Amino acid sequence: MNKIRILIALTAIGFMIYGVNRGELPLIFQKAIRICMECIGLG
Amino acid sequence: MKRKLIQIVATLITNSQLTNFLSGKLYKGSLKNFCSPGLNCYSCPAANFSCPLGAMQTIIASARFSLSYYVTGFLILIGLLIGRGVCGFLCPFGLLQEIFYKLPLPKINLWRPLIYLKYFLLVIFVLMLPAILKLGDPAFCEYICPAGTFEAAIPMLITHQEFRSAIGDLFKLKMIILIATLIGCMINYRFFCKVLCPLGAIYGLTNKFSIYRLHVDENLCINCGRCKKICKMEIDPSKNPNSIECIRCGDCEKICPKKAIRI
Repeated sequence: MNKIRILIALTAIGFMIYGVNRGELPLIFQKAIRICMECIGLG
Repeated sequence: MKRKLIQIVATLITNSQLTNFLSGKLYKGSLKNFCSPGLNCYSCPAANFSCPLGAMQTIIASARFSLSYYVTGFLILIGLLIGRGVCGFLCPFGLLQEIFYKLPLPKINLWRPLIYLKYFLLVIFVLMLPAILKLGDPAFCEYICPAGTFEAAIPMLITHQEFRSAIGDLFKLKMIILIATLIGCMINYRFFCKVLCPLGAIYGLTNKFSIYRLHVDENLCINCGRCKKICKMEIDPSKNPNSIECIRCGDCEKICPKKAIRI
């Protein structure tokens, strides 16, 4: 089980690094710092 | 008491920009690059972090990507560590539900098949609709999420008079969902977590392999049923200790007369 957990952890960290490298964070940031009109029901 | 303290501290860490409730502004600092582990609308004036569900939908609905590796990796990692313990300890909306449950109203058990609705919402509203429509809109946030209505819509409408003229059918729908959710939370423990939360659905799947988990010593268990009776998530910890519904609250561990359950 521990080997599986290590594999899952490495996969998860790899996903995060890949996501950051390909530029996902700026998209998330730009959405998060503006009032989301959809989220407040006015979109 | 300890769990409640952790919940309060986690809520304050997630939402420390409290003065923004008066100004109606949003925190725009670099912490918004990162997701909070629990459900917390990033349009909540007090929010420091991004909502993981909102972030995931934003990426899926974007023109450039179809899946968020960053958010998926984050959720898997957090789930690996504590599973649905996020719900039990770190989620601000979970804390809110527990507060509403304390109101002196009749309590009822949940019709069990309803717990599968959150998986439907996850697949359709969080994953498929943003990917199909590609309008950049987070479908779950837009049409369903009562956390966004409560934490963001209401404070923003109070402080931004100019938004009130834009109130239409969508807002009315979201208010109906919010009111129904809050009533559900008053009469059934963590109704939203059980029935509607796609984030809980995701973390629940990680319960089977999370490091923070329940262990039941079958040699000590006398099948007295006390753990099942006290479990407010309506599961039987002695039979299914790492159920996808378990939020790791620890009530079963405390009540077990033989100390057969350990977290």
